[in-house]
Amino acid sequence: MTQLIYVPDDAAALSVGAEDVAQAIAAEIARRGLDAKLIRTGSRGLLWLEPLVEFASPKGRIGYGSVNVADVPALFEDPAHSGSLGLVEEIPYLKNQQRLTFARCGITDPLSLQEYESHGGLKGLRRALEMTGTDIIEQVVDSGLRGRGGAGFPTGIKWRTVAAAMAEQKYIVCNADEGDSGTFADRMLMEGDPFLLIEGMIIAGIAVGATKGFVYIRSEYPHAIAKMNRAIAIAREDGVLGSAVLGGGKCFDMEIRIGAGAYICGEETSLLESLEGRRGQVRPKPPLPAIEGLFGKPTVINNVLSLAAVPTILAEGAAFYRDFGMGRSRGTMPVQLAGNVRRGGLIERAFGLSLREIIEEYGGGTASGRPVRAVQVGGPLGSYWPSHLFDTPFDYETFAEKSGMIGHGGVVVFDDTVNMAKQARFALEFCAIESCGKCTPCRIGSTRGAETLDKIMQGENVAGNTALVRDLCEVLRDGSLCALGGLTPMPVLSALDHFPEDFAGKTLAAAE
Amino acid sequence: MTTAIHKAPAAAWNPDPVREVAERLKGLDGPLLPILHAINEQFGYVDERALPIIADMLNLTRAEVQGVVSFYHDFRRAPAGRHVVKVCRAEACQSMGAERLIGELEKSFGVTLGETSTDGRVTLEAVYCLGNCALSPAALIDGKLFGRLDAAKAQAQVSK
Ligand SMILES: Cc1cc2nc3c(=O)[nH]c(=O)nc-3n(C[C@H](O)[C@H](O)[C@H](O)COP(=O)(O)O)c2cc1C
Ligand code: SF4
Ligand code: FES
Repeated sequence: MTQLIYVPDDAAALSVGAEDVAQAIAAEIARRGLDAKLIRTGSRGLLWLEPLVEFASPKGRIGYGSVNVADVPALFEDPAHSGSLGLVEEIPYLKNQQRLTFARCGITDPLSLQEYESHGGLKGLRRALEMTGTDIIEQVVDSGLRGRGGAGFPTGIKWRTVAAAMAEQKYIVCNADEGDSGTFADRMLMEGDPFLLIEGMIIAGIAVGATKGFVYIRSEYPHAIAKMNRAIAIAREDGVLGSAVLGGGKCFDMEIRIGAGAYICGEETSLLESLEGRRGQVRPKPPLPAIEGLFGKPTVINNVLSLAAVPTILAEGAAFYRDFGMGRSRGTMPVQLAGNVRRGGLIERAFGLSLREIIEEYGGGTASGRPVRAVQVGGPLGSYWPSHLFDTPFDYETFAEKSGMIGHGGVVVFDDTVNMAKQARFALEFCAIESCGKCTPCRIGSTRGAETLDKIMQGENVAGNTALVRDLCEVLRDGSLCALGGLTPMPVLSALDHFPEDFAGKTLAAAE
Repeated sequence: MTTAIHKAPAAAWNPDPVREVAERLKGLDGPLLPILHAINEQFGYVDERALPIIADMLNLTRAEVQGVVSFYHDFRRAPAGRHVVKVCRAEACQSMGAERLIGELEKSFGVTLGETSTDGRVTLEAVYCLGNCALSPAALIDGKLFGRLDAAKAQAQVSK
């Protein structure tokens, strides 16, 4: 029987040598004249183990972690022993997950529509094609799905507004700008299971009466862009996209658009400006994009993970999805564990998992081996959390109660060498660099804030300057049109509140 | 786009490819960014002289096109070095020593962050997250993503 061997073709895996390993495996197969086939997949999300090579066996796939080119011959000599991790599905990090959105990622060939279908793909779309738009939307509302891009707005409610708007043209826009530090789930999904996003967008189109979709992908993701383009071409060729979706009476097509290196273009109205070919400046709301969005037409704009959750909801039913989670946070959340952590990767679990479980049980503590001092959750606009709050469960409302947000699900770990005054300074610097320029506090106040933190770090009038930073945070919060300026106070104030010792004026000297 | 690699010095200025690109893409919905990306990739930067041509073909003012070019970090106003190193300095990479790495890269390439070395060999730039945050520190070197990067690896890549 043909021996199947799997190597990820995912940007993170490639960044640590997966391509060379794949080539070495192909050469070894040829040299030995083996009846074996190399298959390129997405990543399993066990990123600390990349490049993770898997060999099919009657019991399941056997994994080999952190493989380099020199290790390759040994994999063929004694597959049972040389550095084997055993069955990949039994690795606790993966076994203890609830993979709905990432069910296929790392398992199938991302560009095989056939494999996509044989692993449960297109089932949701087939259901949707037999339903009315209203019924589809009610399923999404009932599932409790909330936007995974950051704001957590109920997806079905947004769709209702677009469905009710009268227009001859409506659009589905997928937000794949994924600018938050510590996040990579959108990228992994687009590279590892692109048809799932396509399926989710078609269902959204059918539900609200839109026939055209755009995926706005950041330019920092060349590999994801290439994969999505190829997947769209295949879907078109096989009649999944086009004038007769799956041979039926619905029509939907889509294209990829590329960002140009601006964090603010992840904000939905800025993204629309950018798609239309303008400076990515934030638009005041109202009008909501759902009513006047892309080219002035009613537009659904959703994050990759929101749209990719939809096929499962349609295939398995709203109740199935809703049964995962806690409180008003329903379903699963793909948490991304990153930074100074021993086992970084993607953890898809029902809401309710505590930060401690994420950092300690999955992550295994820091990569440096030093104590964890702080974690930043929810990207550059998210709060820094001290260890005494690590029992907080991953849930939109609980996080908000503790002045934090889960955002797009990024968790960035720092060890005890971190200087929190520097991190607060960086948050303000980042705000200044990425400001769209519309509001004065965001454009100019942020730079003043960074300068004030420099003074604090140099021990200059610490009490007075700290009060100044706090005042500035208030101005930012109240005087900003969007969350870039409005939420920059979160990392700054959480650093000040939870780590006051770093703002005592001596930190610079102490750290250096 | 970030994948642009320029081994040869940028070709002498020629307006024809700009017209061709604009002609080919102007039928898209919202064609300006795709056109600028294509030009940025083909020439390695967006020449001042391309702006009136694009403006004219899209029925925009030159100032409008200029405003768009200057808004986005991706569009270069001058050719880059033969190698472009875009190193991540966002939070996850900071937690794994990105600032130290940047210092080492500045030293080994003989260049300050944001600039091109005087011999035109390397441009060193900051980026904010490359989606490789579990394998920090990360960088894009000539469009190729690297994880768990150190200065020696980066130097070796640029010397290839
Ligand atoms: C500064 C800023 C950056 C944002 N970046 C992203 C992003 O990269 N991806 C994303 O999906 N949403 C991002 N958002 C949120 C979007 O504005 C919007 O809420 C989201 O795309 C809606 O989709 P969802 O309901 O599916 O989450 C950002 C918001 C702000 C204020
Ligand atoms: S808060 Fe900043 S980014 Fe947001 S609209 Fe105002 S200036 Fe632009
Ligand atoms: S923070 Fe550096 S790759 Fe994400």
